[in-house]
Amino acid sequence: MADDAIDEPRPEAAAGEPDAATDEPAVATDAVATDAVATDKAQPDPATAAVRPEPAADPAQPDEAAAPGPEPRSDATVGAGSASGIRISPWWPARRPSTAGALIGVLLALLGFGLVVQLRSNATDSQPSARPEDLVRILSDLDARKDRLSQEIAQLQGTSQRLQAGNQGRAAALQEAQRRADELGILAGTLAAEGSGMRVRLIPGSTPLKSWMVLDLVEELRGASAEAMQIDGVDGRSVRIVASTYFADASGGLNVDGQTLAAPYSITVIGDPQTMQPALNIPGGVVDTVHNAGGTVIVDQIGTVQVTALHQAGALRYAQPVS
Amino acid sequence: MFAVLALIAGVVLGIVFKPSVPLALQPYLPIAVVAALDAVFGGIRARLDGIFDDQQFVISFVSNVLVAALIVYLGDQLGVGTQLSTGVVVVLGVRIFGNVAGIRRHLFRA
Repeated sequence: MADDAIDEPRPEAAAGEPDAATDEPAVATDAVATDAVATDKAQPDPATAAVRPEPAADPAQPDEAAAPGPEPRSDATVGAGSASGIRISPWWPARRPSTAGALIGVLLALLGFGLVVQLRSNATDSQPSARPEDLVRILSDLDARKDRLSQEIAQLQGTSQRLQAGNQGRAAALQEAQRRADELGILAGTLAAEGSGMRVRLIPGSTPLKSWMVLDLVEELRGASAEAMQIDGVDGRSVRIVASTYFADASGGLNVDGQTLAAPYSITVIGDPQTMQPALNIPGGVVDTVHNAGGTVIVDQIGTVQVTALHQAGALRYAQPVS
Repeated sequence: MFAVLALIAGVVLGIVFKPSVPLALQPYLPIAVVAALDAVFGGIRARLDGIFDDQQFVISFVSNVLVAALIVYLGDQLGVGTQLSTGVVVVLGVRIFGNVAGIRRHLFRA
């Protein structure tokens, strides 16, 4: 193996022997046999100067490490220690390693060392090795991120407040709807009711009370702002009095909404007693009428009363709400 | 062969001693390593091409490392250290790719 001491810019430099080219393929497997080179440098042979025009003719091939390629190279320095003309096997390092070979070994050892050191320092912690400007950039990135997240937090808090307010509004609406449903249920007779009111007892005399007298009484109470009423017979039956309630005479009593009640009757009414009682007692009113028929009207239990009888509301078949 | 052994020895030394990079060298070591890798691949390719020269390898190795470090240093002084380091790494990477392509052509004829 001879020296391959040629690179493109210097095809005229002192080269190896003419047979150097024949050695080359054998080298291919031994990538960096560092020593077996430059043995003949001390003897520049003009005859072989033009031996290898190939590298120059192939400009597409980059030299090893193009950057320092054209630098001047003194032939006599590094390989000078080697004896000239010694043939060295490419498979084994030279018996006397050249200075350049040793340098290459040192450099490669340094490279491995540096590589490992860098890998280690990168693996352990990456932040401290960053440049100040990188750190500043990271910091500003984090700041911007923090700002964005703060904005997002404010947005979400606003949304949460809005939703809570909506929730409260919904609860209020629900409460209101419940209140209206209760009111309407009491008016329609589907809910039991309790409140200030009184009880009116109708006791017939020798003749039974007519249904129109009871109806008069009920209308009078309605006119005096009664809100809920029920009528009980002496046999314990009770009927809630609503808008559609009818009264009819029946044998042995009074037919109220299809139920026959036996006299005497008791009407429980919720409303303002101070308004309803005078309404009953006006001259020529209900009380007088009943008296004329031989019966008696007794108002008692003024105070809190309960209306517990319920009216079975049927489904509406024709009326629809006007939307 | 000797060079490979040296490389392995360096790796082993680095593993054994677990040194930490001095703060002043931290920006330069990665660039220097990449530059050295470029030189090594160039050397291998030149070897395969049959135009290897140890002197040239040594000088190119050293000057590659020095120039790369110098560029990074200059970039740091000028305030464009990050960009310049990136540029250096890109250039060296391109060269490494080219060298590896040459090696591949030699080894696999493809």
